[in-house]
Amino acid sequence: MEHGGSRLSGSELTLRYEQRTIAEGLTVAIPDQSFTVVVGPNACGKSTLLRALSRTLRPAAGSVLLDGRDITGIPAKQVARTLGLLPQSSVAPEGITVCELVARGRYPHQGLLRQWSPEDERVVEESMAATGVAELADRMVDELSGGQRQRVWIAMALAQETPLLLLDEPTTYLDIAHQIEILDLCARLHEEQGRTLVAVLHDLNHAARYATHLIAMRDGRVVAAGAPKDIVTAELVQEVFRLPCRVIEDPETGTPLVVPAARQRAVATARA
Amino acid sequence: MSVTKSPPAQGASTLPQPARGRPPGARNAWRAAGLAGSVLVLLAVLALSIGVGARQLSLGEVWHGLLDGDSPAYTVVHRMRLPRTLLGLLVGAALGLAGGVMQALTRNPLADPGLLGINAGASAAVATAASLLGVATFDGYVWFALAGAAGVSVLVYAVGGGRGATPARLALAGAALNATLYSYVSAVMLLDTSSLDRMRFWTVGSLASAQPSTVVKVLPFVAVGLLIALALARPLNALALGDDSARALGARPALIRAAAIVAVTLLCGAATAACGPIVFVGLMVPHLVRALTGPDLRWMLPYCAVLAPVLLLGADVLGRVLARPGELLVGVVTAVLGGPFFLYFARRGRVARV
Repeated sequence: MEHGGSRLSGSELTLRYEQRTIAEGLTVAIPDQSFTVVVGPNACGKSTLLRALSRTLRPAAGSVLLDGRDITGIPAKQVARTLGLLPQSSVAPEGITVCELVARGRYPHQGLLRQWSPEDERVVEESMAATGVAELADRMVDELSGGQRQRVWIAMALAQETPLLLLDEPTTYLDIAHQIEILDLCARLHEEQGRTLVAVLHDLNHAARYATHLIAMRDGRVVAAGAPKDIVTAELVQEVFRLPCRVIEDPETGTPLVVPAARQRAVATARA
Repeated sequence: MSVTKSPPAQGASTLPQPARGRPPGARNAWRAAGLAGSVLVLLAVLALSIGVGARQLSLGEVWHGLLDGDSPAYTVVHRMRLPRTLLGLLVGAALGLAGGVMQALTRNPLADPGLLGINAGASAAVATAASLLGVATFDGYVWFALAGAAGVSVLVYAVGGGRGATPARLALAGAALNATLYSYVSAVMLLDTSSLDRMRFWTVGSLASAQPSTVVKVLPFVAVGLLIALALARPLNALALGDDSARALGARPALIRAAAIVAVTLLCGAATAACGPIVFVGLMVPHLVRALTGPDLRWMLPYCAVLAPVLLLGADVLGRVLARPGELLVGVVTAVLGGPFFLYFARRGRVARV
């Protein structure tokens, strides 16, 4: 899957909100054609990293490189034709239909002189088909379930036609069935369309199952990065999440499966 | 408005369902037809506004008055009704567009150039100019009105939190500034009785004193504001999805907001300078239009520009007919119409969600 190249990387990043420093000297590379998943405990800086990579947050120091150029020096629309982002919270205007919302993903391909085209029409249809929302095209986004709505937002990001797609916690607030549905969709987009996906996920087991490349973070630094089967060990989980656990083989996929230690055993391990 | 990850919105939308068929084609065909219909309604109202007035003229007399320089009705039509009608057209379009842009910009259904204090800012600047500097013409007013409108736009935005502005904070900041500025305007006029008389009609909002020269002078401001507003439709559409989504799409929120404030300032400043603060037009029209077109600003803004003058001129004609041979000021009529409308929307709970 991975060819060693990296169109998107961050080098020596210092990330800061107002005076609160989230990360210093953070260096990451997103392997091309990978499904990269970033995991880590709350407030470890994983979403902040994603915001920096998508130039939603400007680094206080260091630089994000897209195709070898500093991302802040590239025109906004040009970046938006290469790099898409599904933010954690987006707002759907009241009364907007699914089709209209997906069509807004075409923004970076349009301008004052280049308005709606048959090409836009085709891409919007394909994006809705790929995410299974084509039959919802005329429905109001307000009326959809959480899982459907998330698929619509992903369709909008797809309509942007970017080779790189960043997703910030795409499964949060969804029930388990919808979480798996969204992750299956991501895996399919990655495999069938050859897009590079970067997702922040909360669930370590989902990450280990779906990622081709895993980045584990704690306190604003990368603790480990690599294929899940190479890096997910009980020691790593202990170090990153402070969680005593066993790592076994997922009976479905053969990927690492993290099983938190029972309470008694956790206490015993802590004493040892 | 609904946030992506909130549970499914409570209650189905009350908006009419869009036409079935392959979107966006079918829905757009309806919207285009609706816009053409709106233009026809506007033409009818324009005709009505020229035809109806304190002096009763037959249709034939009005027609001759319009075209024939020797007709006895020529003066009435050309010196009074025509400028009044054209001014109503420009001011109405300006207020409707400004309201639509404000609501999109702040994602706030309460945003209206009147309610956010922008018209009050223009009024305060004009009152100051009239009282202290003795300015008494549109030429003099307009720069003060623009400066006042710009000052308040920026102030409401800054006090409301700048880039982190929330709808509630903007509304509070606007309400506070609005109250303060109107007290100031009242104080100035009470202290200075000579400007009181001149300003009294102006502070309510009136088309009655429209001059042909005012129309000519207000035109460039409204035209530039209109062009900026229409060019902003697509960027504001992107911004409506939230700042992060807008940025991800390659839009630049700070730039869009700055351009939108310029457009609103031009539109409101010029409208206020020409005929005083007219409330509720900028609030009502975008609300009604949204129910017709949905939230796509590429359709909403042109609809606002066409239908707001329909409301304003309609109210003006109503004011002329109801109080014959005198007349009700258009600002009074729109306020009387607007109050119950506002309560109705508040009761329906729609304002909380738009």
